[in-house]
Formats: sequence, C-alpha cells, structure tokens
Amino acid sequence: MKPRLLALGDGALTLEFGEHIDPALNAKVIAARDALAAMKLEGISDVVPTWRSLTVHFDPLRLDRERFGQQLLQCALAETQESALATRWQLPVVFGDEFGPDLAAVAQATGRSAVEIIEALCATELRVFLIGFLPGFPYLGELPDWLRLPRLATPRAAVPANSLAIAGAQAAIYPWQSPGGWHLLGRTPVRLFDVDNVDRPALLAPGDSVRLTPIGRDEFERLAAAVAAHAIDPARWQAK
Amino acid sequence: MIEILDAPLPASFQDGGRPGYRHLGVPLSGALDAEWLAIANALAGNPPATVALEIRLRGPRLRATRPLTLALAGEFSARIEDAAGQSRTAGNWRSLVLADNEILDCGFLKSGIGYLAVQGGFDLPAVLGSRSTYARAGLGGIDGRGIKAGDRIRVGADETTALQGGRAKDALLAVADGATPVLLRLPQPPRVTDAPLRVIAGPQRDYFTDAAWAAFLGAGFSVGREADRMGLRLDGPRLEHMRGADIISDAVMPGAIQVPGDGRPIILLADCQTVGGYPKIATVIGADLPRLGHALPGQTLRFVEIGLDEALAARREATAALAQCIASMVPDRAEFNLDALYSANLIDGVIDAQH
Repeated sequence: MKPRLLALGDGALTLEFGEHIDPALNAKVIAARDALAAMKLEGISDVVPTWRSLTVHFDPLRLDRERFGQQLLQCALAETQESALATRWQLPVVFGDEFGPDLAAVAQATGRSAVEIIEALCATELRVFLIGFLPGFPYLGELPDWLRLPRLATPRAAVPANSLAIAGAQAAIYPWQSPGGWHLLGRTPVRLFDVDNVDRPALLAPGDSVRLTPIGRDEFERLAAAVAAHAIDPARWQAK
Repeated sequence: MIEILDAPLPASFQDGGRPGYRHLGVPLSGALDAEWLAIANALAGNPPATVALEIRLRGPRLRATRPLTLALAGEFSARIEDAAGQSRTAGNWRSLVLADNEILDCGFLKSGIGYLAVQGGFDLPAVLGSRSTYARAGLGGIDGRGIKAGDRIRVGADETTALQGGRAKDALLAVADGATPVLLRLPQPPRVTDAPLRVIAGPQRDYFTDAAWAAFLGAGFSVGREADRMGLRLDGPRLEHMRGADIISDAVMPGAIQVPGDGRPIILLADCQTVGGYPKIATVIGADLPRLGHALPGQTLRFVEIGLDEALAARREATAALAQCIASMVPDRAEFNLDALYSANLIDGVIDAQH
C-alpha cells in the first residue's frame, strides 16, 4: 500500500502507511516522524506515531494544509534507518511470585517452563510501537509466536503500577495502577512516567527499543527504594 | 484565597490544555468551550487561556477571604451573600466584585457548561505546562481531581498577577472615588446555536456502508447518559460497518466521531485518549467544537458534511467573532457592597497601590 493522507478533521492530518501491525511499517512511521522533526515547521502542536500511521495535530490558520500535506508525503519517503531520536533501554524486571502472579499460568498455557519464558522475553528486543491507553503506557512487541496468548477472560480491577504484562503479540508495562486484562509476569522498579520531567515525562517514546533484564527480589527492592527517593538518573536505564 | 463551601456536582479547573505530549499518551484536556473560557477571563481581566473553573449543571458555593474580581460566563443563576446574610443577584457576563467573606453561590446552570474566572487566575501548579485537571491520571487542578468542599485555593499567582492584582485594586479604589471602574460587561452574551454540527468525512469513512453515511447525516442523534469530558455517546440509527468495527489503533482527537461494534457513535471530547481502535466516520470541525461541551443528555444533535476550505473559513470566522465579542465589552459599574469594602479592604488597597 502506498502511503496516503487522511483528514482527521480540519486540525490534523494522518499519514497512513498500512492497516496492520508490522515492525517494518512502524519503522517507516518513525522515519517519517524524524524527517518531519528535521523540517522544524511552525504551527504543529503534536506529532503522534502509531503502529502504522503518523498523525500531526496543527493549526490550519498558521500552516497551509495543502502545502503541509505535500511535505508530509515527502516525509513518507524517508529511508528507514536507526532513528537518531530513538533510545535503547535496558529495564530490570523481577519475575514471578507476587510481582508476576500469572507467570505459572502462562507457563502451563504455553507448555514451557517459567525459566524458558523469562529467557525468551529477555532475549527479545522489544520495539516501542505506540504509547497510548494511559499516559506513558507503552505497547511493546513483538513476542515469539508460542508466547502469544489471548487476554484474561476476566480483567483485573487493579493492576499494580510497574507491572510487566503480555497479551497477543504485545508486552506492556503499566505506568499507573489501572484495570487490566493482560497476563502479569513481573514488575520493574523503573519509573515510567514522571510529571516533573517536563521535557520528557514518559521514559519510553515511540520508536525506542527495550531489553528486559531479570533481577532478584532484593535488587528490585533496593532499586525501587532508590527510584522512590529520586536517587537514580533515568539515563541509567539506557542500554550500554 | 477562595474557599469551596459546597460542590454538589463535579467542577474542574481547565485552561488551554496540555498540547505537545500526545505522542506520550497524555490527552490534550483543557476547556471544552475555549471561547467561553476566553470571555470569562476577559471579563475578569485575564489573558484568554488563564485557568478557570469549568462548571456543569450546578456550580459550587465559595467564599472569598479577600476582595476579588471575578466573572461568570454561562447562564448561571448565581447570588452573592454578604456577611450580614443579605443576598443579591450576581449577574452573568460581567465582572463581579466580592468583598471579604462574601459568598458566591453559582447556583444552577441553564447552559450545559459555564466558567468562573478570577482576576489573576487560580494559583495552581502547572503540570506538564498546564493547570487543566485530567482526573484519570491525576494530572493538574488540585491533586488531579475535581473540587470539593473544604478546598482552599490561592488566587492570583500568574506572572501577570502583580499587574492585574494592582489593576483590581485600582478598580476598587476608582469605584470608591466615584470614578469609572475597570469592570466590564458583555452587552450581547453569546448564544449556543442548535444548527447542525459541521463535520469533515472521517479517516475511516470507507469502513461504513453508504446507508450508514446517509443515516449519519440524515437523522438526529440523542446524547446518551454517558456524557463526560472524555466523550458523548449518541443514540440514533445504528451505523453499520462494512469492513468490521475494529481498526489497528491510530490517533484520535477531540471532535472525532468513532463507531464501535454496537453501531452507536461516540463523539470524543477534550479528555479523550490519544489513540483509539474504532473506525472514525467523521470529525466535528474545530469551529464547532466549543458547542459540543454544552451538549446535555437527551439533547438532539445533527450533522452536516462540509469541505476543508469551508472548515478553514469557519475557523477564521470563529476567531474573528471571539475577538469582536471581547472588543464589545463595555465598562460596568459593579453591584457590590461598598460598605464592606470600605470597612475591610480599602486600606490594604491603598497600601498596595502605593507600592
């Protein structure tokens, strides 16, 4: 499918690359985002990458729609390469027990051991396809085929903040306590959303990538206490 | 300081919203009717997007702990009670002056929403550049929630405060001296029209049958009970999908009309999420967005399709109309309790004015 422009009302344009979930498609979205950022246009308020499209919220009284649409289509042609605006993260996770109450059930449903599941998750470079649902909520993917499960039949009323969860081809980390129907496998001590960080309140942004590293309960508690005391610079979670 | 005595229904602080963070999942938020917010602020002597209270159906009772200039934009039935228990009408669409310990009861609202602005703004911390309340994530306002009885909010700590606080006191002094006060009145209050809402065909218009499109434009839709700052659910003819009711999530915005599998459209409003997984049949144009904030359950909404050029012209017209509305404000002599001001506050005013 050729990239096309869709009007989202008179104040936004969506550059659509396709209608499915595919890392290659998402890479084009991120390349277009980067190309648009390089143009430094006035009159744009938000640039929102999704799985398969890039939406730009703009002021049509300041930016000529026709001309801007042509510029966006130019951005669609940008080469997909490693994004200069993307960050690679390495996030510690404590798996199982009360932190990941569904780990045993996921092992049973997939016919693998808990250790195999943890190893497979930590061996996968997870792409941040989209931030949505809640402020800072990352949709990560993609999981190995054998680890793709339907959502829980009965969602939980309250998923603890910082829970690592999976459903279908995706993984996510809940930045806030919220209701949720995904399988909970573990928890990270990392703060995913910080309102005091005005430049970048969400740790993860679309186009970033994430590796998970298993840690033990003691290490989790030590790091969680340090995060709560604001004693850890978020840059520490960047991959070396 | 303003003390909330009673807040029977939710009211939230809203300003121009929180743009620039939607790629990180943070909703835009902000006043549902940015035009009335601007009018309330102009009457209170503030810049247009200064944070104000957005009130639905029934407003709070509040007490001023120092003399304040404020304004109500909306069809309120508000009254002011003085310390002696005397009560007087507090007019809409004009600057109001509260003396020490006077109580403003905003009363019931005939318009769907209204705004209470106070000179100098409410002193709330900016969260990601905005004081707008987004309750779902606890952002903005007072601890990210609506107001409740017992809340005490400082007034007038915007950057502009020093100047405007001074102006307010000058105004009071001017009134006391019999000179012309810097209080304003809007001679012709704005009306919320019930003309059809103008829409642009949505990014997923092709997910719907032509019959659904015709029904969408031809029928009236009634606003359902599920109506809040996130969106309005509508009842009317069921809008049939041609290609299924699920899409791979993409971006949405206030005004977008999405249709889930049950065929009942939802118009998204200021607190809507940043992305959504339902096809969007149409989007209400920016110029008609403020009207959606006033929609009440049971009310009928109609839609008419227009082109992008017309939408741009409508946006220009709306901008010009708002500027004209604010320019049409005339000086007003406030109906307030002069004795109370004399006894309690003029001395403060004189001292401050001399600084």
